Amino acid sequence: MALDASFVGRCYPAAATYQVGREKIREFAEAIGDDNAVYRDPDAARAAGYADLVAPPTFAMILVLRTQEELINDPKLGLDYRRMVHGSQSFTHHRPITAGDELAAMLHVDGIRAMGGNDMLTVRCEITDSAGDPVTTARAMLVVRGADQ
Amino acid sequence: MSWRSGAEVVEGDELPPLQVRLTRADLVRYAGASGDFNPIHWSDRAARDAGLPDVIAHGMLTMALATRLVTTWAGDPGAVVDCTARFTRPVVVPDNADGALLELSGKVTKRRDDNSVVVAITARAAGQMVLGQATATVWVK
Repeated sequence: MALDASFVGRCYPAAATYQVGREKIREFAEAIGDDNAVYRDPDAARAAGYADLVAPPTFAMILVLRTQEELINDPKLGLDYRRMVHGSQSFTHHRPITAGDELAAMLHVDGIRAMGGNDMLTVRCEITDSAGDPVTTARAMLVVRGADQ
Repeated sequence: MSWRSGAEVVEGDELPPLQVRLTRADLVRYAGASGDFNPIHWSDRAARDAGLPDVIAHGMLTMALATRLVTTWAGDPGAVVDCTARFTRPVVVPDNADGALLELSGKVTKRRDDNSVVVAITARAAGQMVLGQATATVWVK
């Protein structure tokens, strides 16, 4: 196995909190071609019962990617980024993310195992708000193809 | 919140399907919006070096579009409490005006006692399934 299995159980906190901005939500909604008014118009979002613009359900990936970066780039882990593919992803939202949220993220390495010549890395990103309350749990499986694959 | 009325939802209901054409410009736009600048999503050379037939779409873009199918149906995106997908096949996006056509459909597979429903999503490109076990859990009122 190319990956260092002793990394299981390690945690990587995001270097800084993430300020959810209206324009970033609008930009993300545009990139996925979604014209839902609650992603664009604060009045529509408030009319739907939200404090401000709502983020699409997969918006949290922005935080996941930022938090994963430190782990992936840790030379001691032994991960060849060029051989890595995204195997699976899930998001559980404890509440919707809205503009104005200041979010913290912590990445947990939940598992590393070898399977069929590949290494499977399971990570979990816990996203919390400024009060420390849970917002989103995002789980990913990253597959690192073996050298002969 | 404008959640879909649970009284209108039964197991087996099909969601209005969604077809999305993805070109290289869409991949570049998603790269910027998401912060995922992996070059296999915009560079022919990087894709070839990685052993891919051509540039491929971000798995997360496919998942975001699959989720869009569900949020549009749900009415309120905040009603989608859980979404999950396996990336089983890449969506190859050639550098031409047509790009790739992503075809998305969904079906209500379960109604739970807690007023949530489970939607199973099917995503196809070039006639092949590109997501596996793709589901979303949606609150209804």
